[in-house]
Amino acid sequence: MAVLDHKLWRDLLHLRGQMMAIVLVMACGVATFVMSLSTLDALERTRSSYYAAYRFADVFATLRRAPEHVGRRIAALPGVRAVETRIRLAATLEVKGYTDPVRGQILSYPEEGRPVLNDLYLREGRLLEPGRVDEVLLIDGFADAHGLGPADTLVAVIHGRRQVLRVVGIVLSPEFVYQAAPGALFPDFERFGTLWMGRRGLAAAGGLEGAFNEVTLALYAGSRPEDVIDRLDRILAPYGGLGAYPREDQTSHFYLSQEMEQLGLMATMLPAIFLGVAAFLLNVVLNRLISTQREQIAILKAFGYDNLRVGWHYVKMVLVVAAIGVAAGTAMGTWFGQGLSAMYQAFYRFPYLDYVLPVRVVALALLVTGGAAVLGTLHAVRSAVRLPPAEAMRPEPPRIYRESLVERLGLKRWMDQPSRMVVRNLERRPVKALLSILGMAFACSIVIMGRFFSGAFEYMVDVQYGLAQREDLVVTFAEPASRAALHELAGLPGVRYVQPFRSVPVRLRHGHRTYRTALQGVAAEGDLQRLLDLDLRPVALPPEGLVLTEHLGRILGVRPGDCLMVEVLEGARPTRSVCVAGLVQQYIGLGAYVEIGALNRLLREGDVLSGAFLEVDPAYERGLYRDLQHRPRVAGVEIQRRAIEDLYDTMGEQILVFAFFITFFAGAIAFGVVYNSARIALSERGRELASLRVLGFRRGEVAFILLGELAVLTLVSLPVGFALGWGLCRLLVLRFQMDIMRIPMVVQPDLFALAAAVVIGSAVLSGLLVRRRLHRLDLVSVLKTRE
Amino acid sequence: MVSDRDRTRAPGPVFRARGLTKIYPMGEVQVQALRGIDLDLYEGELVVLLGASGSGKSTLLNILGGLDTATEGAVWYREQDLTRATDRELTEYRREHVGFVFQFYNLIPSLTACENVAVVTEIARDPMAPEEALALVGLHERVDHFPAQLSGGEQQRVAIARAIAKRPAVLLCDEPTGALDSATGIVVLEALSRVNRELGTTTALITHNAGIADLADRVVRLSDGRIVEVYENRQKKPASALSW
Repeated sequence: MAVLDHKLWRDLLHLRGQMMAIVLVMACGVATFVMSLSTLDALERTRSSYYAAYRFADVFATLRRAPEHVGRRIAALPGVRAVETRIRLAATLEVKGYTDPVRGQILSYPEEGRPVLNDLYLREGRLLEPGRVDEVLLIDGFADAHGLGPADTLVAVIHGRRQVLRVVGIVLSPEFVYQAAPGALFPDFERFGTLWMGRRGLAAAGGLEGAFNEVTLALYAGSRPEDVIDRLDRILAPYGGLGAYPREDQTSHFYLSQEMEQLGLMATMLPAIFLGVAAFLLNVVLNRLISTQREQIAILKAFGYDNLRVGWHYVKMVLVVAAIGVAAGTAMGTWFGQGLSAMYQAFYRFPYLDYVLPVRVVALALLVTGGAAVLGTLHAVRSAVRLPPAEAMRPEPPRIYRESLVERLGLKRWMDQPSRMVVRNLERRPVKALLSILGMAFACSIVIMGRFFSGAFEYMVDVQYGLAQREDLVVTFAEPASRAALHELAGLPGVRYVQPFRSVPVRLRHGHRTYRTALQGVAAEGDLQRLLDLDLRPVALPPEGLVLTEHLGRILGVRPGDCLMVEVLEGARPTRSVCVAGLVQQYIGLGAYVEIGALNRLLREGDVLSGAFLEVDPAYERGLYRDLQHRPRVAGVEIQRRAIEDLYDTMGEQILVFAFFITFFAGAIAFGVVYNSARIALSERGRELASLRVLGFRRGEVAFILLGELAVLTLVSLPVGFALGWGLCRLLVLRFQMDIMRIPMVVQPDLFALAAAVVIGSAVLSGLLVRRRLHRLDLVSVLKTRE
Repeated sequence: MVSDRDRTRAPGPVFRARGLTKIYPMGEVQVQALRGIDLDLYEGELVVLLGASGSGKSTLLNILGGLDTATEGAVWYREQDLTRATDRELTEYRREHVGFVFQFYNLIPSLTACENVAVVTEIARDPMAPEEALALVGLHERVDHFPAQLSGGEQQRVAIARAIAKRPAVLLCDEPTGALDSATGIVVLEALSRVNRELGTTTALITHNAGIADLADRVVRLSDGRIVEVYENRQKKPASALSW
């Protein structure tokens, strides 16, 4: 077998151009696979070890105020393993040298020992010392954004009282892997910070001595969180409980899970497509290789090599290529995976990232790639070993051709001989042509899919902030306020228009399905915050009844006309049956809306509001922003424009990096497919083309016959690729129905243009490379064969 | 090797080769295929280049046809110096003036007989109709057949029709009957001599088969890269009278 192995290496060397194109495609597929799965693995591994080591709680509950002994009642609930009561206060922070006001939250830290649940990871400095009321621990994202470290100070305004705080340590918490402010979709490390302060000091600042306003629970394995939550809610109801929620609904955990789900999707779909195309390429190349080796196979068989040995020879060849592809892809994927993980780590704050290349991922990549390659080759190998030696040793007879359909349709008289050669060749081997078209179409579709995200993302932002949420500022009051507050806001300099809103936390229940969200009471025909129907036209809110985001309607299984239970999770906590008046389109968040008057009636409250949307004169915006931040009754002010910028900074970056990889890989696939098609065509038809050159055809004229076929295939592949790309995007959209956002099914026309450009560009490049070979065609030796 | 009698022949040589040498580098060994060939070919004559395998006859034909270039020496087609021609000029030369016939036909399988001829007539300046060319080789009945539907002899006659359809000045045939049985070979040779006779195309035919030599006006015998003998056929025989 040693001689056959020599032959194997020489064949590989001889076909190196095509083999390199295949390795490239395979490596890209494996790289996507390894990159995604290893990053997913790293995130999952890190998350679970971090959660376990730092005792991340299973159930969370916020309330107005409960005496400390209530904690003992909670601890006695069946299924509860550990309880930690604590205090959380909102604050406004001032950082030296930073002019914008900053929202903050301060959590209590036990006076003695470490937290029972949700322990902190100390990155720098030290933990708090008992009795020092001015010491705080600062969360890392915020500290990094402002360059704060141990020994720095900052000012916190808690309940209107300014306090100078000294940072002693920089920490991370399993509760805040995703560090977004409450109500915000994306982290804003500069304008939102979390601090930990000694329990006693914080209790004094918040008037909560001997009491708590938040409780977190760890459960025994096997106990049902729903049961515990039910009992917990009953205990906390008299203390202003806002409804307990399980870990799945905890903001940081929720976003992290969604991100991992998205990554998991990417880790399955894309590599499948890439590997499919790679297998197809291998199939075609090997088929071709084996048909050129007919005589060699015949001689081997004549000498007594059996089918198995000859077949194994070719399978080995494929496996060599697959192994190179997997090795290169694994190296590339590990590299990209580390980069991607680092990007995630900047966004999701883990104290460490446990990135190891999981053996099973590489094994799986090898299995999938090798399997795809061998499967793709099997057909070709089978036809090789089945050849009877005597038949194989005869030169191949001329192939049977006939007039093509295009000619029979009467177009013949306008076609010159080279054109007829092109169409007949295409028609004679329709499966091959179809496979080439499919390969290029897939490449085209991946470009569309990769770039789809950025376009759809922009569209989503445009709709959300251009059509639906058109306010400049959102002001939220600390407590529901009367109409007078609205007039006060309207009277501020630079305010052009105000629109009130009322927001209450609710649990919506329809049958056994429930969803926690904020029920928003808005003006029926406000000009700033508008609701859009499913065709994105602004609609007026009906005077009665609930309007749900279409996706929320689907989660709850309700349609207009159905009624559901609204459990209000604050105040008197009434439960009411409300009917769904309509569904609206909203790509970001899952809102439920009701006319503000109707909401107040529902809550049996007077004419009150939680805050207001403001349209302001841009010249006054900053002044207003600062002024409002310092008003004691204002809990928060959001600049809408900044929300959009944050969205682009965070989500946009991830999407663009992803899109860049995908476009690169898609370009590689397109090139691999086209180049191989052209090279195969050249080797199959070299003799024919050399004959034409001998007959006096110019290089350009000969190139036309070969590249004309390629051009036809390329052009036909484009619409197929567009359709496939659209379908893939559709598939993605269906799978990307996440709670935080839903990617709209919008494929911008320029995407098709880009995809076409990538494919055509690859085709032109391949064409040029093949043309160079065409120019070097040895006329004499081609005609001299079989002498 | 050029006799006085040849020089007086009107209207002057179509080809003039002087001191043609061809050396192929084969790895580290150099193979000398031609060792100084002087040869003139005249208007309208049918010349048979006779020689054993490796005698250099194909190399000579390829150089005359503009498919290859000489290592040393010079060759003129009428006034054109082929030794100094660029690749582009050689392409134009082949396109305008030369018709080729090969041992293995080299037809385009995806084109019919007629279209295989048309592939050349479409790019030629003053071609005959493809049907006319096919009629000349006795294939007017098979114009719409694809190569796969034709016998070897028929395929070779299509190749001849394709070669002559553009009315080339010279027709170069490399073992045109090499892959055929003798009966079929004779039909092919008949077609060739008819073209030579009726169109007056200067024809050079390579063979290792001495039996074919009787067809020629002149026979050039090569051995080991040199011309060893040139003679005129006193009794030129028709193809039908040949046998081997």
